[in-house]
Amino acid sequence: MDTPGELAAALDRVGYLADEGLATAAFLALRMRRPLFCEGEPGTGKTALARALADALGTPLIRLQCHEGIDAARALYDWDFPRQLLHLRALEAQGRTEGAEAELFTRRFLLARPLLQALETPGCVLLVDEIDRADDEFEAFLLEVLSEHAVSIPELGEIRAAEPPVVVLTSNRTREVHDAVKRRCLYHWLEHPGLAREVAILRRRLPELTQALATQVATAVSRMRAAELLKPPGVAESLDWAQALLALDRPVLDVEAAAITLGAVLKYREDADRVVAAGLDALLA
Amino acid sequence: MTDPLPGLTGFAEVLRRIGLGADPSRAQAYLEALSHVDVAEPGQVYWAGRLSLCAEPDDIPAYDAAFAAWFGGTPPRVTSNGRTRRRTTVSAPLVAPVSGEGSEPAPELHVAASDAEILRRRDVTALDGAALKELLATLRTDPPLRRSVRTRRAPKGLLDPDETLRELLRSGGEPVRLRYRRKRLRPRRLVLLIDVSGSMSPYADALLRFAHAVVRRSPPSTEAFTLGTRLTRVSRQLRMRDPEQALAAAARAVPDFAGGTRLGETVRAFLDRWGQRGLARQAVTVVFSDGWERGDAALLGEQLARLRRLAHAVLWVNPHAGRSGYAPVQSGIRAALPHVDRLLAGHSLATLDELLTEVRRA
Repeated sequence: MDTPGELAAALDRVGYLADEGLATAAFLALRMRRPLFCEGEPGTGKTALARALADALGTPLIRLQCHEGIDAARALYDWDFPRQLLHLRALEAQGRTEGAEAELFTRRFLLARPLLQALETPGCVLLVDEIDRADDEFEAFLLEVLSEHAVSIPELGEIRAAEPPVVVLTSNRTREVHDAVKRRCLYHWLEHPGLAREVAILRRRLPELTQALATQVATAVSRMRAAELLKPPGVAESLDWAQALLALDRPVLDVEAAAITLGAVLKYREDADRVVAAGLDALLA
Repeated sequence: MTDPLPGLTGFAEVLRRIGLGADPSRAQAYLEALSHVDVAEPGQVYWAGRLSLCAEPDDIPAYDAAFAAWFGGTPPRVTSNGRTRRRTTVSAPLVAPVSGEGSEPAPELHVAASDAEILRRRDVTALDGAALKELLATLRTDPPLRRSVRTRRAPKGLLDPDETLRELLRSGGEPVRLRYRRKRLRPRRLVLLIDVSGSMSPYADALLRFAHAVVRRSPPSTEAFTLGTRLTRVSRQLRMRDPEQALAAAARAVPDFAGGTRLGETVRAFLDRWGQRGLARQAVTVVFSDGWERGDAALLGEQLARLRRLAHAVLWVNPHAGRSGYAPVQSGIRAALPHVDRLLAGHSLATLDELLTEVRRA
């Protein structure tokens, strides 16, 4: 893949429609071997991008879901204590405790968590999802792994990636990620797609959806985004909505169909109330 | 790599002057990105720059404007909103200090403890810059704390299976000592929403200085926004070490100083863009406002109810609340009061100190 356009076509083949900006971002991330830092409203396809990238490249996707309190033992590696203990008991039973230490701290007893897995899987796509949920101390540690593509384990020595992984980081901006992390990354801000692209995405992901119904759903969702809601629906929600309509065998999005499926697209009572009060027929007109 | 066109080098210089790509690693990334794309195509040039030089959505409009201006032929104006140049001596308040209630001129300062105590109780609008700075330095600005999910080793608490096993391993499998862990304490997020509209303008300078002192104490866990006719995030500016530089940067960032007030709408903008995503969740939120609302007071009430559901505590600070005969009659404050945990005064350093105590206790 030599141009962003070719990468976009490859992503298209695995069912992900990227616009020029996103295709260029992914292309440069691959070429420059820099992590891609994606921010944007929930439901704009940040996580899906990593999955599509892995599919398009034909490599495994390794996902690290961040959460508060995540630490090295859960993100990088941990020693398998129960197995070490059993091994020690077995050694004792055979009466050879001499040099047990060296035998206990070998790769065999090391549990690889996502980051170490990614370093050991050549050319894989590593998704560090919702990094803003992790504590800021974790960033410093992640930074080291991202810039060195290596990790040093005191008992074992350094493990270095033969081929560095393609890294995609996502953030919902619940807090500001440290600038040192961002500086090492390419930064992309994802917007909600335009009407035509959303229709295309819906039809690509749900082939049994008709053009007419996809257009109706996308139009209604884009109107919802313009109305001031607590949680404007993302692409994920429009997909849910279209899927709900398909499951109910509704070929047309009319007021009745919208009323019974509104819960698939609006997740706050206040939002549903507001949309209903403004009139569902106005939304669908 | 081919040499970047002279036009692109000039563009990089323009961007550097508006503060994008000012640090060498970003500039280098920009040049590297350009070498990978087709520079004959404007779209590719645009994206190569935006991806490597911008670091947050707020940077994008500036980049867009610079891009349009440069490739449209006119260089962007960089004089008024350029990056801060270091100012070392000037200590100019954002607004002229208004003399206090009695309108007597500030008396000469005799440096003594009792004088400091008097100054602490004086309305901040009657203090001069130096006295204010000195008093702000005496505030105890420790952040509020919460229990973290993370644990640390402790002499007692919950049993720590990992460490106990490790200990077991060291002693050849014999359970010699049990190890324990306990939850750590972390700073709880503190969000300051400062009304900078016309009616609050005498206090804006002092409150922003106060915010600077609080933000500097615990930068990652403290956020500051200004409210007026629109919402502006000033946390980044206030994180600068030097107060004068931070205040100047904040003043430049806020377009609606001493303008009107649309509290309800700006609080809603805060919750939509920041609060609901997580910034206000379980945070101590402090609103500094006199409660004069030009817009719909019902909207303000509704939004504060929403804030109350997200936040750990909502405190409202009204500089006028410290005056004798004050009654919360303004439409805004009446709508907000049911959803506020405490209504506090904030006109003097002593009352701001009380506020900080309340924040720690919340």
